[in-house]
Amino acid sequence: MIKLVYFAWVRERIGKSEEEIVLPESVSTVSGLLDHLKERGEEYRYALEHSEVIRVALDHRHSQHDAEIGNASEIALFPPMTGG
Amino acid sequence: MIATVLVQSEDFDIAAEIQKLTAGDRDVGAVVTFTGVCRDEAGKLSALELEHYPGMAEQEIERIAKQAGKRWPLTGLIAIHRFGRIRPGENIVLVVAASKHRHAAFEAASFMMDFMKSRAPFWKKEIFLDGTEGGWVDARTKDDDALDRWSEE
Repeated sequence: MIKLVYFAWVRERIGKSEEEIVLPESVSTVSGLLDHLKERGEEYRYALEHSEVIRVALDHRHSQHDAEIGNASEIALFPPMTGG
Repeated sequence: MIATVLVQSEDFDIAAEIQKLTAGDRDVGAVVTFTGVCRDEAGKLSALELEHYPGMAEQEIERIAKQAGKRWPLTGLIAIHRFGRIRPGENIVLVVAASKHRHAAFEAASFMMDFMKSRAPFWKKEIFLDGTEGGWVDARTKDDDALDRWSEE
């Protein structure tokens, strides 16, 4: 099981702030995860339709889409940040 | 140099934060503060709703503060970022950088803000006076470009 957390409009479009899923063995990278999530339903396809803008953090650290998920226990998906 | 990083919903007291970096430290010659304040967007905005990623928000700002501490000879650094509902005129973010000389304090404060805007996990949503949601504020490429000037050769 891996914990997924969503923020801002990614959270709103998916309709939940977090969930736990079982990653298929074929999914090893962040981009593989994004492709896998898009198959989970319309709300995921809507949230991730422009997946190139989606930012990802593995265990609280910014990561690239080609990063290996490795043994991360929490993966966050969110839009570009607008703090400050 | 130990940086103080706070992510909180309550407001902060700028004078009290400055005091923390100068009290009892006679080596401080410069204190630079930056305060980010909520605008009313020509009278339309009722509030901003700031969402954040608890845990990562603190850690990311600490990572940025650590880099600032490596690049400039600071005597102290404080970064406070608020979350929740913030109304026009209210504070959003504070950076206080202290050093022996002004150059390091100015640069470090500016560096902190540039990186916090683009790397700290916070998102702003606009709430208008008529109660409608204005939607999520778009990230500006200008903010990403601002990071380039800090890239070291």
